[in-house]
Amino acid sequence: MYNYSEFDHAFLAERNAQFRAQVARRIDGSLTEDEFKPLRLMNGLYLQLHAYMLRVAIPYGTLNGAQMRQLAYLAERWDKGYGHFTTRQNIQYNWPQLPDVPDMLDALAEVGLHAIQTSGNTIRNVTADHFAGAAADELADPRPVAELIRQWSTDHPEFQFLPRKFKIAVTGSPHDRAVTRAHDIGLRMVAREGETGFEVIVGGGLGRTPMIGQVIRPFLPRADLLPYLEAIVSVYNLLGRRDNKYKARIKITMHENGIDTIRALVEERFTTLRAAFNGADQALLAQIAPQFAPPAYLAKPVDAFDAAYAADPIFRSWADTNLTAHKRADHAILSISLKAHGATPGDATAAQMRVMADLAAQYAYDELRISHEQNVILPHVARADLPAVHAALKAAGLATANIGLISDIIACPGMDYCALATARSIPIAQEIATHFDALKLEHDIGPLKIKISGCINACGHHHVGHIGILGLDRAGVENYQITLGGDGTEDAVIGERAGPGFAAEDLLPAIERLIRTYLDLREGREETFLDAYRRLGLAPFKAALYPDARDRDAA
Amino acid sequence: MPRFTPKVVTANALIEGDVIYLAADDSWTRDLSRAEVIADEAIAQMRLLDAQRQPGRVVGAYLADVIPGAQGPQPAHFREDFRRKGPSNYLHGKQETTKPEGAANV
Ligand code: HEM
Ligand code: SF4
Repeated sequence: MYNYSEFDHAFLAERNAQFRAQVARRIDGSLTEDEFKPLRLMNGLYLQLHAYMLRVAIPYGTLNGAQMRQLAYLAERWDKGYGHFTTRQNIQYNWPQLPDVPDMLDALAEVGLHAIQTSGNTIRNVTADHFAGAAADELADPRPVAELIRQWSTDHPEFQFLPRKFKIAVTGSPHDRAVTRAHDIGLRMVAREGETGFEVIVGGGLGRTPMIGQVIRPFLPRADLLPYLEAIVSVYNLLGRRDNKYKARIKITMHENGIDTIRALVEERFTTLRAAFNGADQALLAQIAPQFAPPAYLAKPVDAFDAAYAADPIFRSWADTNLTAHKRADHAILSISLKAHGATPGDATAAQMRVMADLAAQYAYDELRISHEQNVILPHVARADLPAVHAALKAAGLATANIGLISDIIACPGMDYCALATARSIPIAQEIATHFDALKLEHDIGPLKIKISGCINACGHHHVGHIGILGLDRAGVENYQITLGGDGTEDAVIGERAGPGFAAEDLLPAIERLIRTYLDLREGREETFLDAYRRLGLAPFKAALYPDARDRDAA
Repeated sequence: MPRFTPKVVTANALIEGDVIYLAADDSWTRDLSRAEVIADEAIAQMRLLDAQRQPGRVVGAYLADVIPGAQGPQPAHFREDFRRKGPSNYLHGKQETTKPEGAANV
């Protein structure tokens, strides 16, 4: 894992001291809110519905135990004892008070964490596959490159005032777990004639105008990455619209100018930049890479795992849903669910964070990851240790066996916290999870991704949910629109709107009709909801959602 | 002419970020039922200006629709209902502490 250099520490300390002075000047009245707002946003501080909110970056989702413990400390010392992990591999604190925020930032800096560029029209926290460095299907660990991008983009003088926010995601696996096609730039590592490089995808995004990114360069040699990224962002910086913030993202720039024009401009700029970079970036990458060396894996016989798997049905169910193949057969990737039925998706208490930090230290080479699906990952656990890990998680309320199932829901904060929301999302997630758990249908239904956003900004990724739910305000009442068939993987698809929205109390029965229709129509347990939807199309599901549609005016 | 919907002036407190309302005596209260209900459009605009002239205490002042009632003003929209109460997933925010005087120390 990346360790901060002297330079990084000094930079953070200076930046925090600046912000401390800015907060003091805001409190003593020398700065107005209009002057202060852009400054606080650059440091991850929002003002939400009931309180301030501090958004802390977890670069490419990677944490060590000490960092997780510090996140727990912040939650206890300055918040209400918990934190909210988000789809962008950030953690949000919902209740800080303004005068405390500089202390919180200093405490984060002690463990090399910060909130810089978690907001504003800059290049945001770079996200990566949460199984990076561990996945069996990976070509190479994408995190050295993600760290390189972070260093290049942090405080990049040319890119502090882009037309709009800019999000980059990177994966080293053919299976895209980082939703690269829904980012401003998505990078997928690919191999060509024995050499690895990147497929560069541009112009994806969700929000009010969802678009799937397009391939601007099918194969970019690894060494050309930074000059090429810089070329894309600088072309966007000039061309992107600043007159209308709804048309300012690069996806619109691409749409308005066409990919061929953009590609030609990028390639032209790239030629100049490539010469200017003269290898300094590659020297930096060479320094970064060893810090992501795999841990010194301990080979352990897997008998203890096999015995527990055979003997304990609870352990077995958990192992079946929450483990993913590791590149070593005697290890596994463990996803810890932050989605206990009825809990707030993505929330963890300080005590739970400490349990996870301790388990990481004891059993997982001190590594943790945050997934965009709002869960925590221990990327390398010896199978032999899993029964002990399971027991410890169970005692902390962290052993829910539901990864990838109907209750493993992504939900944005919605109107319970977010000032931009048009409806709530958390209670909807809680209801769906509790309901299908009570019906004991969850495991029978199998893999299913429900994603919920509380407004058109789509922070909850509803467009790429197999079932997407969008909360709206219809004449002063919360109303929920359903989209179907979305997919955030390498086969990314934007979901199709099923029809008119549902009042909050009608939503759960509608979801149940949808699920029962799937169970009736599927060809067998192997056919997932998404597969069935792709085979059958919208019609049978629409009929299930709107059984009395024939008797009603077309809405 | 359409009837003017009664308003309150609301904002967030600079230090805590908490939701606050302007009271008739020019103080700020955390309790919607103690807010000044303004039935006249011109006065509403004036009171909003009064609030906006206090940038050292409040952030983002605006006028919110209310329905006057025996228990004091009630929110006209669900967003304002959440703002006066707190989130629905935990008993945090205003619902956590019921300050008897509802006094805001801004
Ligand atoms: C609570 C404060 C938040 C605010 C004010 C906020 C604001 C926004 C806005 C305005 C957009 C639309 C941007 C555009 O299309 O130009 C957006 C998109 C997005 N936000 Fe948030 N958001 C918040 C919380 C979150 C959280 C909690 C997450 C993660 C769970 C998140 C992740 C995203 C994602 C993934 C997108 C869509 C992808 C894209 O950028 O196109 N946001 N957000
Ligand atoms: S989708 Fe809307 S409601 Fe949800 S966090 Fe984003 S801005 Fe807020």
